[in-house]
Parts: sequence; structure tokens; C-alpha cells
Amino acid sequence: MAPWTGSGCSGARKCDALSEIFSTQLFWSTIRLSTPLILAALGGLFSERSGVINIALEGMMLAGAFTAASVTWAAGNPWLGLGAGAAAGLAIASIHAVACIRYKADQVVTGTAINILMIGIPGFLSGALFLSSGSTPQIPKEQLIPWTPIVLAFAAVPATWYSLYRTPFGLRLRSVGENPEAADAAGVNVAQVRYTGVLLSGVLAGMGGSYLSIGQSSLFTRNMTSGRGFIALAALIFGKWRPVQTMLACLFFGFTEAVTIQMQGVVKLPSGEDIPVQFIQMVPYVLTIVVLAGFIGYSRPPRALGRPYEKER
Amino acid sequence: MRLLRELLFPAIAVLAAFVVGGIFVLIVGDSPIETYRLLIGSALWWPDGIGYTLFYATPLIFTGLAVAVAFRAGLLNIGAEGQLYVAAFATAWTGITFARLPAPLLIPLCFVAAIAAGSFWAVIPGVLKARFGSHEVINTIMMNFIAVALVSYFTQYHYRTPGDPIMESAPIGANAHIARLGRFLPGFPERIPLNLAFLLALLACALVYVFLWRTKWGYELRATGTNPSAAEYGGISIRRQIVVAMAISGALAGCVGINEVLGYRHLYYDGFSDNYGFTGIAVALLGRNHPVGVLLAALLFAVLTRGGIPVDAFTEHVTKDIVQILQATIILFVAAEGFFRGAVDRFGLLRRPKV
Repeated sequence: MAPWTGSGCSGARKCDALSEIFSTQLFWSTIRLSTPLILAALGGLFSERSGVINIALEGMMLAGAFTAASVTWAAGNPWLGLGAGAAAGLAIASIHAVACIRYKADQVVTGTAINILMIGIPGFLSGALFLSSGSTPQIPKEQLIPWTPIVLAFAAVPATWYSLYRTPFGLRLRSVGENPEAADAAGVNVAQVRYTGVLLSGVLAGMGGSYLSIGQSSLFTRNMTSGRGFIALAALIFGKWRPVQTMLACLFFGFTEAVTIQMQGVVKLPSGEDIPVQFIQMVPYVLTIVVLAGFIGYSRPPRALGRPYEKER
Repeated sequence: MRLLRELLFPAIAVLAAFVVGGIFVLIVGDSPIETYRLLIGSALWWPDGIGYTLFYATPLIFTGLAVAVAFRAGLLNIGAEGQLYVAAFATAWTGITFARLPAPLLIPLCFVAAIAAGSFWAVIPGVLKARFGSHEVINTIMMNFIAVALVSYFTQYHYRTPGDPIMESAPIGANAHIARLGRFLPGFPERIPLNLAFLLALLACALVYVFLWRTKWGYELRATGTNPSAAEYGGISIRRQIVVAMAISGALAGCVGINEVLGYRHLYYDGFSDNYGFTGIAVALLGRNHPVGVLLAALLFAVLTRGGIPVDAFTEHVTKDIVQILQATIILFVAAEGFFRGAVDRFGLLRRPKV
């Protein structure tokens, strides 16, 4: 017997509790919670396959979420909001790109700086624009786009796969991430390919963030990504830097989050207490460590990841 | 001349960040000069401004040193945040569980708990790197989230005073408290939470300096960071150095728990850290991974933290988020110092040897 079926509910009630959790509701909840992860993780994929570490996904998502909510509220048009969210991600990514590619700054340090910056900027601007302490005004329900980003996210997976493995751009991107010297010798413009990779990651992560504020909920709140950028990064590693596997990892992490939400107050431990959500929250992070160490199939990063490219003169 | 060179780029980065921050202030329609006067001026008042600034600097000195030591060994410890959470909880646990012990026994025991817990949490990614080659950056990030979830679980389910709506542990025993500096300094009120942990932070700066530049172990650690293959050829075990560096780094981050639990709140308060671990990265970077630089950078960031409060209160639109913007911009400019090198070289101010 599974450990969580004991306690006060027995017989028919037990089945009720379980079917209440494992239902179509759980399925859609998983899809919704996976969407921002998939968008951000695919973004991370483009950046990291080109050889640029992107731990700034969190910051780029926050930029997208705040901008999308602000623009949607001001213009009354969520499409404009989604576009602006993607553009904000792009703008933040361009800081990362210029610092890492042009000035060869440490990619992890720059990413950390961007994450700190994006804790500050939304709070700063919302204080001035909306006289609030870090959130935007509520957006009316009819101006939300709950479905489009989901479709976009799941369409982006085959698109990413195709562009990565079936186009000249994808070949260049992968070669620059594995062996920039050889790519350079073959006439590939390493810097240009890396710029494209990082900027694409900004667009996708910005869209992922937008979905949080104008799809899943109806406003931006302070630090609303709450670590999703890092979960997306974990999914990218768990998915071995490959599009389809990464999507599956995102679905799995989205599923754990959905279960956490649905389980609260429904399923009890034998002692009659709630199952501590903290242990379910840990799952993605623990799995990432395990996979990186090679306990469940080795996950190998792109060979040139994190290494600035010095062009030979 | 060497000193000037070490100071020049951090100074330029700070100035440039203030210019960027000033533009942000102008955008929302306030006066940058007035904002900066509030931001910096309030930290210099005796005794409150200075007392609180030194209090805010204490955790940043520890995390800055933690990141700097790891960096000297060629490792980037993004996990100070998780390490200090685990350490603070372990400190409180010790202070609660052994509350009956006399102070001369209990306080050292709590110190050991903080240092050991922080160290343990950092050694895990260290061993994973040494043994399996998995990247310490990813693993320390993941360990942060695991730490936060774990201590929040223990606080919520095992160590909370029943009925307390706040996520905090029961108080530690009175014997585990360490003194506030107000007790020794005449004219310095005891309500200011600056405590003995600040002196410990200064001591840690000195110890880190002696360790890195005056001992064989420090030499081996730095050699590993500067040129791993040469170090290995010279008979230094890289794997051992990785684990040792992470252990020391985590121990330093863990000392934040001493300041927070023994010196300030006297209990474990869930989510207490104001991004100390991440700000530590900025502190180490701005301080050039040198203990003296770390001390100066931590003081600067503490001034900003302290100044955020009056800025929030006395300007029309600017919020204390300006502090985060300034900190992030400083890191960006320090990290991408090539951005200024061209301009500095053009003026022929300095000739830096190619690194």
C-alpha cells in the first residue's frame, strides 16, 4: 500500500481523494505549469548550445513578466504585451551577450548580475509607474491570453529540433558550442552565431515570463518567477541539452509542481498531517545533481560551454 | 602603483554604476543628487548610521570571503546562500537542543555547528566536482534550493513554537547569545544589533589573508586556481584542493549564522537572508578576491543597504530597489572591465601586462 493512503480517509473516501488528484485537472495543470518552463528551457538551449552559459533565464523571465503585464494593462492588448515581454527578454539578453561575447566577461557572474538587476528594476519601475511596491495593476480577464503561449511553447519544441539538427544555422550553433576554433576555421562567424543564440534565449525566456503574468495569472507580482528560471535550467541539463528530452523534463517538473498544488489538504500522512510540500519541491534540483554526476545516464554539456572565444590573429 | 592599478577598475565600475543608477532616477523624475545624498549620507551618522552599516556589512564580509576563497582555487561558489541557510539553522538547532549548557561550552559548540554545517553543504558540490567532474556552478545553485526547502521543512514541521503563525523556530537558550558591541563601547547604544560577529568577520579577513598568502596550503590552493595543469605537474592534488577550497568557502559562509542567530535574532527565522550569498559574489568580485578588498566592498554595499531605507521614505518616486540596480550594475561593469580598458589605455594612464 502506498504510504500516503493511510490516515483518516479509508475505503471509498480514499479513492475519492486519489481520483481527485489524478484527474484531467491534473493533466491541464501540468500543461499550464510546464509552459513557462519549456519556453525558458528552450531559450537556455539556444544560448548554451552556442557555448554561452545562461543562468540569467530567471532575470529574463522576470523582465518578460513585468513588461508584458505593464504593456497589456496600459494598452489593453495582450498581443502587444506578449511582444513587449519578448522584446524585454531580448533587451536583457543583449546585455548578457555584449558582456560575455564582446567583453569576454565571466558568463556566470554576468548572469548573476542580471538576476539581481531584474529583482531591482521591476520593483523600481512599478514604484514609479503604479505607485505600488513591486506589482502591476490587475488586468481584466478578457485581456489575458491563457492558451496562445501554451500552443507556442509546444510548437517551439519541434521548431527548435528542426532548426538545431536540420538547418545550416543549427549546425553552426552546435559547432560553435563544441569547438569554436574549428568552426572559425571553417568560416563560421563565432561571435555572430553566439549573439543569435543568446538573443533567442532572451526572446523565449521573455515569452515564458509573459505567460506567467498575462496567461497564468493576471498581474505581475514581485519575484513572481520564484526560481522557475533555475528549474528551466535544471530541465535543460536533465534533458541533456536536447529539445525533446528537455520538453519531457519540463513536463515532469511541471507535473511535480501540479501534484504539489493538488495534494495540499487532500492527501494526508498516516499521522494525519499534510505531506510536506518541501520534499516534492526538491525533486527537480536533486534529480539535476544526480544526472550531472552521471548516476542516471551521463549528461554532457557542450564542450566549449562557458569559454569565451579568443579569435586568433 | 600596483595598488592604484588594483583600485582603478573597481572605482571606475562603481562610478559608472552610479551614473547608470542616476539615469534610472532621472527617468522616474527625481533628483539623482538628492537621492545619492540620502543613500550615502544616512550611513555616516553616529551612532545609528555607522552601527547599522557595520551590522549590514558583517554577513557580506563572510559571504564575500567565501566566494573569494573558492575563486582563488578557480571555483565559483554560487551556493553561499544555501550554505548560510543550513548553517543558520544548525546554529539555532544547537542553541535550542543544548540550551542548558553553560555559555563557555554552548557558544563554541554553536560556532562549530555553524561552521561545520556550512562547510558540509559546500563540500557536497566540491566532492561531486572532484569525483565526477560535474560543474560546481550548477550544483551549488541546485543545493541552494534544496537547502531552502529543507530548512523550511524543519522549521515548519519540527521546530516551530506551536501556534506561532510566523515561520520561525523556538528561541535559542540565553546562554548561546553573544554580546552586542554596545555593551563594551561607551556611547554606543545596545539597541543597535551590531555584535561580536563583526569582530569575528574582521578576524576572518586576517585569517584568510594569512592562509592564502603565508601558508603552504594557501599557496597550493592559489596555484590550483591560477594554473591547474602546472599545479598538478608540481605534485598538487587538484581534486583535494577543490574539496578543501569548498570546505573553507562553506565554513566562511556558515559564519553568517553566528551573526544572525547568536548575535541578532536569537532564533532561526525562515527566509532571513537578503540575498547575502549572491551579494557576496559582487563583494568578492569588486574586492578583487582579496580580503582587504572584500572588507571595503562589503562596507560599500552595506552603506547602500542602509541608505535604501531613507531613499524609500524621503524621495518622491525612488524605491529602495535602486540598491539592487546599483549592485547589479557594479557587478556587470567589474565583470566586463574590458569595457573601460580601451578608454583607459587610450589615455595612456596605465599599462597593464596582458593577463
